[in-house]
Amino acid sequence: MKKTPLNETHKKLGAKMIDFGGWEMPVEYSSIIEEHKAVREKCGIFDVSHMGEIIVSGKKAEDSIQRLITNDAAKLSRGEILYTPMCNEEGGIIDDLLVYKLEDNKFMLVVNASNTEKDYKWISSHLLEETAAENKSEDYALIALQGPESRNILQKLTNINLAELKYYKFEISEAAEVDAIISRTGYTGELGYELYFSALKAEKVWDSLMEAGENYGLKPAGLGARNTLRLEKKMNLYGNDMTEKNHPLEAGLGWTVKLDKGDFIGREKIKKYKENGYPNKLAGFKITGRGIARHGYEVYDKGKKIGVVTSGSYSPTLEENIGLAYLDKTIIEDGREIEIKVRNRFVKAEIVEGAFV
Amino acid sequence: MSVKEGLIYSEDHEWVKKEGNTAVIGISDFAQEELGDIVFVELPDAGDEFNQNDSFGVLESVKAVSDVFVPVSGKVVEVNEELFDNPELINEDPYGDGWLIKMEMSDESELEELLSAEEYTEFIEEA
Repeated sequence: MKKTPLNETHKKLGAKMIDFGGWEMPVEYSSIIEEHKAVREKCGIFDVSHMGEIIVSGKKAEDSIQRLITNDAAKLSRGEILYTPMCNEEGGIIDDLLVYKLEDNKFMLVVNASNTEKDYKWISSHLLEETAAENKSEDYALIALQGPESRNILQKLTNINLAELKYYKFEISEAAEVDAIISRTGYTGELGYELYFSALKAEKVWDSLMEAGENYGLKPAGLGARNTLRLEKKMNLYGNDMTEKNHPLEAGLGWTVKLDKGDFIGREKIKKYKENGYPNKLAGFKITGRGIARHGYEVYDKGKKIGVVTSGSYSPTLEENIGLAYLDKTIIEDGREIEIKVRNRFVKAEIVEGAFV
Repeated sequence: MSVKEGLIYSEDHEWVKKEGNTAVIGISDFAQEELGDIVFVELPDAGDEFNQNDSFGVLESVKAVSDVFVPVSGKVVEVNEELFDNPELINEDPYGDGWLIKMEMSDESELEELLSAEEYTEFIEEA
């Protein structure tokens, strides 16, 4: 199994480790619920060094990226970040990623860990002339600091004024005396920062943050809490809520598709979906009966199967059971009753539009 | 992690406490810790009958779904209904307030196939 540079640190902290797409990662340190609450109320620190970083640079870097993604990278200034799907010719989502504009002709693409190799090959084979892609994933450690106290904690370790760093912007500076990309991003829906820096310095930065956060209720948080936190905010998880079989419109990512920005891979197909319609869409639900929906469970409406659950969990904030499912679009309406087949029982649920929390 | 003395254990990490002809059944401290925060339980009704090693219910943590198996055959006589509202009792007190069901055993000799506290400790250390 692959290991991040903080593998030993997690084990010393007593983390429960799991195989996450070939990576040995901490799923929880003490309790997913406590870690989740720490992030919502105080702050959590996550090792997400398994994420992939691909640098695209050269004369046609921007044009190449524009062809590869559905969102519009031409709008980016240096220091700005864009969230976007990357699709195949069929409009199917190869991955969802972040685009960092480092310089006019240099971008960093941050991709899902389990897709890094696939993405790197896809990107490399679709570059325009005088442009190169480099897979720098192993060189970078990535730590996410998430929660209302994250700014106070990180401010103790950096000279940049974090209050001025807006959402989806970054600065190249120092954190804990280590050169770092300090990015105001995250996957929890809370105020938060993500730090990209040399893998060789991973322990130093982690330890400095842990120490700086001591009086702010900072807790190490694992992938378990990361999942419940993102689900409460209705953020899609690649591999669960979307795969190459889904296009961005049905995955609820229509806002990231800019059909008028010029040509891009998958544009024709997505345009057709937009014009002619498509049957299903990702929707949120909460269970009103007794049970927890899980990935793969079937969804029914008056005895008729209408969809499949892609994510489902207990929500520590709501103390209710929530989930996402691809459902027949015609029934998607806030409060609409549906049923989830949990083992051999039909459990009542209702559709929730918008974020759960 | 603790293995309580005086209880009998299965390799599926359930414990049995013999009270006359009744078996009180729960999951071990090791099992609750492996599962993590338990947030949902599905248990049988009183009167339901099971054969040894049948699944009699489901425990769900935030992350995982796990079946529980009866270590002995018999009929359910009582279910810990407290757990429906407070499933965390299984994490907090697996050998006490977190018990799952009580069964009237149909074949007490099945207990002999199970593990003592000492044997169970060895079993989980090897795993």
